[in-house]
Amino acid sequence: MEMSGEYKIDASREKVWAGLNDPEILKQSIPGCEEIEQTSDTSFTAQVTAKVGPVKAKFSGAVELTDIDAPNGYRISGEGKGGAAGFAKGGANVKLEEDGDGTLLKYEVDAQVGGKLAQLGARLIDGTAKKMASQFFDNFAEAVTAGEAASGDAAPADAPAQAATPAPAAASGQVTAMSQVGAGTWVSGLVVAAVVLYAIFG
Amino acid sequence: MTGTGIGASIKRVEDQRFLTGNGNYTDDINRPGQSHAWILRSPHAHATINGIDTSKAEKADGVIAILTGADMAADGVGGLPCGWQIHNKDGSPMAEPAHPPLAVGKVRHVGDQVAIVIAETRDAARDAAELIEVDYGVLPAVVSMDAALDGGTLVHDDVPNNRCFDWELGEKDAVEAAFADAAHVVAIDLVNNRLIPNAMEPRAAISEYDRSTGQYTLHTTTQNPHVIRLLMGAFVLQIPEHKLRIVAPDVGGGFGSKIFHYAEEAILTWAAAKVNVPIKWTAERSESFATDAHGRDHETHAELALDKDGKFLGLRVATKANVGAYLSTFGSSVPTYLYATLLAGVYTTPAIYAEVQTVFTNTVPVDAYRGAGRPECTYLLERLVTKAARQIGMDPIELRKLNMIQPDQYPYQTPVALQYDCGDSPATFESALKAADYAGFEKRRAAAEKAGKLRGIGISTYVEACGIAPSAVAGALGARAGLYESAQVRVHPTGSVTVYTGTHNHGQGHETTFAQLVSESFGIPADQVEISHGDTDQVQFGMGTYGSRSLAVGGPAILKACNKIIDKAKKIAAHIMEADVSDIEFADGKFTVAGTDKEMAFGEISLAAYVPHNYPIEEIEPGLDENAFYDPLNFSFPGGAHICEVEIDPETGDVDVVGFTAVDDVGRVVNPMIVEGQVHGGLAQGVGQATLEGCVYDEDGQLLSGSYMDYTMPRADDLPSFSVATQGVMGASNPLEVKGVGEVGAIGSPPAVVNAILDALAPLGVEDISMPATSQKVWQAIQDSNVRQAAE
Repeated sequence: MEMSGEYKIDASREKVWAGLNDPEILKQSIPGCEEIEQTSDTSFTAQVTAKVGPVKAKFSGAVELTDIDAPNGYRISGEGKGGAAGFAKGGANVKLEEDGDGTLLKYEVDAQVGGKLAQLGARLIDGTAKKMASQFFDNFAEAVTAGEAASGDAAPADAPAQAATPAPAAASGQVTAMSQVGAGTWVSGLVVAAVVLYAIFG
Repeated sequence: MTGTGIGASIKRVEDQRFLTGNGNYTDDINRPGQSHAWILRSPHAHATINGIDTSKAEKADGVIAILTGADMAADGVGGLPCGWQIHNKDGSPMAEPAHPPLAVGKVRHVGDQVAIVIAETRDAARDAAELIEVDYGVLPAVVSMDAALDGGTLVHDDVPNNRCFDWELGEKDAVEAAFADAAHVVAIDLVNNRLIPNAMEPRAAISEYDRSTGQYTLHTTTQNPHVIRLLMGAFVLQIPEHKLRIVAPDVGGGFGSKIFHYAEEAILTWAAAKVNVPIKWTAERSESFATDAHGRDHETHAELALDKDGKFLGLRVATKANVGAYLSTFGSSVPTYLYATLLAGVYTTPAIYAEVQTVFTNTVPVDAYRGAGRPECTYLLERLVTKAARQIGMDPIELRKLNMIQPDQYPYQTPVALQYDCGDSPATFESALKAADYAGFEKRRAAAEKAGKLRGIGISTYVEACGIAPSAVAGALGARAGLYESAQVRVHPTGSVTVYTGTHNHGQGHETTFAQLVSESFGIPADQVEISHGDTDQVQFGMGTYGSRSLAVGGPAILKACNKIIDKAKKIAAHIMEADVSDIEFADGKFTVAGTDKEMAFGEISLAAYVPHNYPIEEIEPGLDENAFYDPLNFSFPGGAHICEVEIDPETGDVDVVGFTAVDDVGRVVNPMIVEGQVHGGLAQGVGQATLEGCVYDEDGQLLSGSYMDYTMPRADDLPSFSVATQGVMGASNPLEVKGVGEVGAIGSPPAVVNAILDALAPLGVEDISMPATSQKVWQAIQDSNVRQAAE
């Protein structure tokens, strides 16, 4: 299936960026996400449990980041294995644009599903994936804007970035690496969201 | 007279248990200490297996064992065999790539078996399967037959161009000559849509092994337990017959899909000995969709040559048939000897040539499904003949009549191997036209038009070959088995009877129909007769039920055994009544001495046979129990005419099958009610194929029509009230003069439905529509027609 869309987040690009660097926020944003773990500068794993109708599947997703053009865009591809439920694999081209006070996220996702996911859910995938992406952005926007409010009150301005910096990556000390990590994490969230939402059909 | 013999519409005795929830299906069977299996299946259509890590899964709660293809290979387990060898045009044998029950090195279709997880509960087995990590190297999949024949991607590395075989039948030169002389040539391209059988009961099995005796027992959902014993015992697991018992208890529908020896049967039987506990497995509905052998899936180009008057001169046919990823048990015979041998149909076409290529693809195997080759053939012929009538401007009825085999031409030798023993197609055709009020159709069309509907009428006349099959003929054509049938008729001391038949009843009503045969033969009520089947430890031997063979082949075996009983009983009666055996007559259940008032009832003789106090003991043995085997002399050739009427809503494309008339010649009818039911069921499946059912794989080999959300089965409201009649022509080459009835409905009906739809759409200039002719497809054809007409 193919899916594209854009989503406006009422937060500055800097804050969105910071939020995207926060594994905790991503975890909250991806429906059913139990774990996100960085495995290298450009790869991540996530575990998501999703349920639709009678079928429930625990999805292990591995995500790889390529074509990094920080902070403008990325290509992210991933594969999620849902055990007996089958698999979902695909990728997303993502762009971040400043849009007034907010930030515009544009995404194009292409994905394939296999096994029971395709057998039972192929017909419903487009609609459900869109719904799931929408849920992800709603959750994400809420988390980011909440963070913005919080930072405006009391938190030090650099707190979100610090919180989001994974320790091993931080050791490299390079801004580009930091950016990659941040982008990778959030895009992995997006793709896992899109891809994993297929898992609901498992 | 008992009133329960041949010709009586007695109620089906098996329905008592089927309709009250008292059937005994494989999943109803449990064994003490049994374990449960979950089959881990490939989510990929085509991939190498680079590794299988079962370490986490093995530690999961309740897991007893996890076994893979490597374990099977280490034990020397063989591949699943194909039961019919076909030869290429050049005489070389077909490609028969290995078919390991658990995949070794590579998976070739979605649902291919990768591992078996055996655990204390089904849930535990399933949960543990989630923990197995299979390292797949995903390969491109080939799904369409054209792509497969290009050979860029090979399903089996040792099969070039994915071609299983390239076979031919008929006289090519004679056909070329016929076309050279033709006044008209009519060509057609058709797809016979792939179907998923959808038996109500999913496949299931429970396996046991007794270490103290070395005895294996497998209860399984099969239509032919002895065939499974032979194939699995001799070819796959190397278990001798006397140590292998196969039981097919009540089976909830098969339609052909439960003929074949499936991997799970071998996996469970093998694994039971390894873990030494009984193992139970029942497919989920999703597994049935993905792993039961599918049906049909042909692409055909055909051309008919006619002279200036419409007389058929020659027919040439080129068919590509999908066999899926592996050769299933009869996957090679269905698109060849069960298909092209019928290409004469009911017509006198003098020259016929057919070429069939079968193709491996990354889809589940394709094999016999109700009709098996004959629906594909009938669809081709009846679409082509209808198109020919339109093309040359002739009435479709007149064109058919002009070319039909006449009753005085039987036995009729076709140019494609078969010899029809008897039949009368013109008679069934006339009867069907009358019953359908064909003459009044234009009035009905006009009335429909007033109501804003498009009404059409479609015809199909057909003959099929069933009662499979004369063993010598089948063997000459490549069958690796004999196809006779056997029966044991055991008369008990007080005169009731148990019949052991090698056929298998899974909805056909054998327990009733066969009892009627015995009732007729012995003059005893049918309720004094029990029909036993399905257990290889009870039934002497048998080849099972498929190809509309049970009555035509199994029936004469029962009759032969009954006649042996009567012969012996006459000797006993002669002794007791002190008469010469030549003076003993048997009628209406009584043995009499000709010209006297001496008589003995059937039960008195049977008692004497088992209590032989006054008995010709030096001459004959005690007891009354006889075996018989019967090998048919020919196929049986049912035929008939089906006429369908449809109304189409031009706004929605909705096709309403408003009338369906079937007049079928099935020879002698034993139980008219059961015959009518068989025809109804076949018609429902035929209408389903024509309008609703279609299996879809995407280009990656993922099964998209894998549930009832996406695969449409016919329901009661999709069907009209059928008008069904039989008009039997006697003379079939079996002692009962019966012809098969199980498949005729599914064979004759699809072209009648599609011809009716095309007739309704003809005013719009629509010339072709493919099955299933769904509302969307019909609507699209109407829209395209509107666009075309607007442009003109």
